[in-house]
Amino acid sequence: MTDIKDSLFQPNRRRALKTLAVGAGTVAAAGMLPGLPGYNQAHSAEPIRIGFQVHRTGIGAAYGRWYDRTTEACVAKINAEGGINGRPIEIVAEDDGTDPKRGAEVVEKFASQHKCDVSFGTLFSHVVYGSAPRAGELKMPYFVVSEGHHVASGKLNRYTLQPGITDVKSQVQAMAPFISENLGKKVTMIYPDFAFGHDHRDYFSAAFEAQGGTILEKIAIPPTETSFTKYFPKIPRETEVIYHVMVGPAVLTFVKEMGEFFGPSRPEIFGFIDSLEAVDMTSPGLEFLDGTYFWEGMPRYAQEDQSEFDKAYREAVGVDENGASVSDSKDVSTFAHMFGCWETLHIIKAGMEAADYQGAADRSKLIEAVEAMSDMPHSHAHPQGAKVFNGKTHQTFGHQYISKVEGGKLVLAHTTSIEDTLYEDEVDYTTQSF
Amino acid sequence: MEFGPHLLLATLEGAIGAAVLALMAVGLSIVFGIMRVVNVAHGEFYMLGAVIAWWITSLIGGHPAYGFVVALIVAPLLVGAIAALADHLVLRRIDYDPERTIVATIGLLYVLQQLTLMTFGADARPVEAPFNKRIALPWFENGADGFAMYWPWGLSTTTYKLAVIAAAVVVLIGLWLLMTRTRAGLIMRATQLNRDMALAHGIPVEKVYALVFGLGAAIAALAAVLIVPIQQAHYLMGGDPLLLSFIVVIIGGLGSIPGTIVAAILIGMSDGIISVFFSPTLAKILATLLVAFVLIFRPQGLFGKRES
Repeated sequence: MTDIKDSLFQPNRRRALKTLAVGAGTVAAAGMLPGLPGYNQAHSAEPIRIGFQVHRTGIGAAYGRWYDRTTEACVAKINAEGGINGRPIEIVAEDDGTDPKRGAEVVEKFASQHKCDVSFGTLFSHVVYGSAPRAGELKMPYFVVSEGHHVASGKLNRYTLQPGITDVKSQVQAMAPFISENLGKKVTMIYPDFAFGHDHRDYFSAAFEAQGGTILEKIAIPPTETSFTKYFPKIPRETEVIYHVMVGPAVLTFVKEMGEFFGPSRPEIFGFIDSLEAVDMTSPGLEFLDGTYFWEGMPRYAQEDQSEFDKAYREAVGVDENGASVSDSKDVSTFAHMFGCWETLHIIKAGMEAADYQGAADRSKLIEAVEAMSDMPHSHAHPQGAKVFNGKTHQTFGHQYISKVEGGKLVLAHTTSIEDTLYEDEVDYTTQSF
Repeated sequence: MEFGPHLLLATLEGAIGAAVLALMAVGLSIVFGIMRVVNVAHGEFYMLGAVIAWWITSLIGGHPAYGFVVALIVAPLLVGAIAALADHLVLRRIDYDPERTIVATIGLLYVLQQLTLMTFGADARPVEAPFNKRIALPWFENGADGFAMYWPWGLSTTTYKLAVIAAAVVVLIGLWLLMTRTRAGLIMRATQLNRDMALAHGIPVEKVYALVFGLGAAIAALAAVLIVPIQQAHYLMGGDPLLLSFIVVIIGGLGSIPGTIVAAILIGMSDGIISVFFSPTLAKILATLLVAFVLIFRPQGLFGKRES
């Protein structure tokens, strides 16, 4: 994969595009193009422009950096394989500052200024909430990689889809039986106080109570908080399991202070890896996590039965077997989430090819083509695992992973089935008009 | 958690907040007191202190204490030098005009913040504490078998957190001695009382200003080095402490060091205790409300002197 990425192919395309821009007309430029494989016809060699809404700054920056790298690697792969319908992908990245207001402006820019075909890539759920209505108004397909339940809940619109990553509701529903059977029946939840955390609060407590468990306390923490000890005394003494999920720049402090609070007498702990995403598991102060469990969207550490798809994907993005950058072992990736960018781009490609997408006028055809998708087998396009896409709710469903911390590494302990994650449809977007 | 242990834990957390806040606010306060400059960029000097501490500790290997001690000395000096340079290049040229310095320091805030973002990046980065041992704390209960000591679940602190409180107290005492017992302090106080008279007596006021601006920034940076093993360095970390420092300085009386310290303890402790028992948002609401009342009923602040 790295070879493909570094081959002469990519620079050639760039050079060709530059020439296109400098050259007086398409016809003149076309004369120089025939040497390039894949893009033989002058008119169709125009790139597909994908607006990439990326959290370069603000509280989502660590995710943004890795979403960026994954996207770059994926685009290099798809372009090397001939692009979409023979047209190369061009990524137009814009920082949204992890800010909902800026998010809507970025979508606006993609549509009016950059003339993008589709927009893609948002992670933080409050930014999705801020941007999706504008995408709908602009009739701009908006492929989010966010995990929020907002898409499948029916609160958004026909132009917003989440085909490349599963949502919190399905994830927590699949975790509830594992926790109640293996860890305990009395849970205290700690979660960030915004849309994503509220999804955890609402859907996990419902799923867990359905398993016969009780939620003793729900502790909400603002995502910009920097000091956490003051929240922990609210944990009731009879708690058997701590369920934690945290985001933002201070996640390491959160987990460390939790360890300091409990000392030698910790309850069972089940966390979402979000609490330590982009954080080195061997950081000082995290030793107490040994023996605790984490949900992972995709296992950060290469497992014994690593698939060839996982291997190729790591290589392409530049991630080692510990989930860190190959060039800097301290630069830990957001491995449990970023595969969503890779898979979503492949779905955009498949959708555009199925719809014979030519330009902005075909956007509704693209949406319909994606809505028609269903089974997505485990493959190079879907390295996280097989998925089933629900065209009515615009949400994908897939396997979830539960890992145990052993000697500072995450070792896969349980993989849920896709059926464990399914729930009844709450919306049918296909009945909405374009 | 029961009420007693809960309150003790809240008080400890509040004390750490108060210690750091006191340092930060005293820096803001001496700059205002002596130079009459409202330094909006003060939070960024704090952030720079933390970022430089991360940089130094990641350069120096070995036991984390080596890097930390170097950071404790170098970061404040470096930040102080940057601030003195900013004073020389910017504030002096606009003649320390109160309105224009506010605008200039807002500009400085953005310059420092964005430069950090461009170089250090948007990630939060940890600094390892030189020592950090959990201490379980006991509590007393008058139960059926009389007065007994027990160890409540979760009631604990760490040696490093206690050291931060102690270090802040030492620095504040040192600063008070500097201001009241040394020639440098005398010169600063003279400049504060009457700039023109000080100038007439041969005090190099501009040099004093540069030093004071540097000193204020250095104290903020020192506070950041102390807190960074607990909180991590991040380019946006200057915002909240700046807001709280302004609240503290206004309540304590602009330019009054004892007032600032008393107000920092009041705000820091109440922030800790109210956020533990109620919510952090309520703590901020009450602090802001207190500022409003102080401004209405005692505009010079608790310890400030009314201008004649």
